[in-house]
Amino acid sequence: MHDQETPEALVEWLAAMLLIREFEEQAERASLRGKVPGGVHPAIGQEAVAVGAMRALGPDDIVTGGHRPHHHALARGVDPARLMAELFGRETGLGHGIAGSMHLSDFSRGYYGSNGIVGASLGLAMGAALGASMRGTGQVAVGFVGDGAANTGRTWEFVNMAVIWNLPLIAICENNLYAVETFIDNVMGGKSMVRRAEGFGIPAFEVDGQDIHEVNRAVATARERALAGDGPTFLEMRTYRYHGHETGDKGVYRTADEVDRWRTERDPIARLASSLQASGDLSEQGLTELQEQAVARVADALAFADESPWPSASTAPHPTDREGSAR
Amino acid sequence: MSDEVTYSAAFREAVRDEMAKDDTVFVIGTDLYHRGGHFAQVLGLGEEFGRDRIRDAPISEAAMVAAGVGAAMNGMRPIVDLNFIDFAFGAMDEIVNQAAKIRFMLGRPVPLVIRASSGIALGGAQHNNSPESWFANVPGLRVAVPATPYDVKGLMKTALRGEDPTIFLMHKKLSALRGPVGGLDDLVPFGSAVIRRPGDDCTLVCSGGTVAKTLEAAESLAASGVSAEVIDLRTLYPLDTEAITTSVRRTGRAVVVDEAPGFSSIAAEIAATIQEQCFEYLDGPVLRATSTHSSIPYSPPLIDAILPTVTGIVERVRQTSEAFSA
Repeated sequence: MHDQETPEALVEWLAAMLLIREFEEQAERASLRGKVPGGVHPAIGQEAVAVGAMRALGPDDIVTGGHRPHHHALARGVDPARLMAELFGRETGLGHGIAGSMHLSDFSRGYYGSNGIVGASLGLAMGAALGASMRGTGQVAVGFVGDGAANTGRTWEFVNMAVIWNLPLIAICENNLYAVETFIDNVMGGKSMVRRAEGFGIPAFEVDGQDIHEVNRAVATARERALAGDGPTFLEMRTYRYHGHETGDKGVYRTADEVDRWRTERDPIARLASSLQASGDLSEQGLTELQEQAVARVADALAFADESPWPSASTAPHPTDREGSAR
Repeated sequence: MSDEVTYSAAFREAVRDEMAKDDTVFVIGTDLYHRGGHFAQVLGLGEEFGRDRIRDAPISEAAMVAAGVGAAMNGMRPIVDLNFIDFAFGAMDEIVNQAAKIRFMLGRPVPLVIRASSGIALGGAQHNNSPESWFANVPGLRVAVPATPYDVKGLMKTALRGEDPTIFLMHKKLSALRGPVGGLDDLVPFGSAVIRRPGDDCTLVCSGGTVAKTLEAAESLAASGVSAEVIDLRTLYPLDTEAITTSVRRTGRAVVVDEAPGFSSIAAEIAATIQEQCFEYLDGPVLRATSTHSSIPYSPPLIDAILPTVTGIVERVRQTSEAFSA
């Protein structure tokens, strides 16, 4: 299922990253305009992790993620209009306005949901991998967590369980260096989360999360291992979020210079675009067209969200009675 | 009806029946395969079903419950056996934020049963909590508290054939209680209380570990001419409010018995419900017989000193009966 890195595939990866970036830029702006109740956690800068990983998966594979999830959802093929409508809290949203940015899902795409609790997504992916293993479905489950999860104990309970039960799990830590404002190097006893993972006896690798090729190959290799019955893999994707933890974060815990360096020297979109241009697989006009397509799709998504009705108040209580919720 | 079996064996029968019928049912927990769990609740099922389906786990409660939730989302019907409910506290996020909310947030059913033993027995403060009301307070969870082998088997089958997470709490001191059980398809529905003893003068509401002593109190009251009706709730959520209010409207009095501390308890919820729905029928205050607001001590006489007692229940009935008779 691993996409061959053909020029056509790479152009599609670039388009997917451009869509995510435009979506996140516009979602954050909409949030600042008061359109998004509760704000957003934008993943601008982390696009290659999501797209590179998803393009290594099969359609039935399972993906879970954390509180910064829009890039995962979009890379998995979720409709940006329904995603934006969910951020706006509208009836037409992915979760009908019940779920919100941190609780997205699309089970038709194996997207088992984003999660508001740090580390929890990996546990659900581990459990889904157990289900896959017991039912013999041939699915692999990918659990995305952030660097904050490297310091919650349950993360390592989940990894250990996947090891001892030999589950088809890929644990991906998107290390964007800051858990809100906590710098990872200040709180990482032993200095390396990869070494922590290696302590469980599994392959664990640090990956340049700003290099979509490297991300894709690492996940494809991990997936092959899992499918061969060789168990879980831990991948630390070194990445960076250009914007704050959430809407309105002023970023006083890091320097503008640091942000600039990541943006100008390692940007995953610029890197892929320039390599495609250098190889002659993408013209300047072709790039402009991709950018315009992303802008147009997100503009449509914003319009769809804005014009969508609010959920009817009559759906609000959602009594979880003996039949479960009304959904 | 089959021969009499113990409360623990009734659980085992339910699990065995459902595992034989449905390949997706399996058990995750510690010390299951050889020991059969700390209450012999799955004894022998390891050999019968193998290590995949009687799945021993390390002492990683968060991971056990997460495994159950994720597997339930992907087509399985797991039972996560935590042995003691006190051990659930290391998995509260997985229970409250994940299992309970996933169907609400994401629309995906989570057919998961979390079994544990609850209630006050020996062993001190950290093995004897009665947190039934904590879970009943979480939308999305169902809480079963069987008092008899029949209800253990019937409620467990209902839980395993349902679509939503159930916290299945078995009282430790009932483990060896013997009684008849139902057959393969004898299910006990949730939200269906049962009248254990009919009566006309006062309604006694109880569940799980307090049913026996409440019946004993009713017997004692009968000897002095007071006819008490004893209602065993069987599940705390859904709560059979109708059974309670129907009885109280007839008897005019109610005492709620609960082994948890009374403050912020199921007993408080039931008392509130009765006064909301039966106020004009009441002939006396709704009273509670609960444990004191204390952690659980170690020494038996100290335990006895904090528990609701038969004489305490009788005294509560007298108090509510005499409240307006002066």
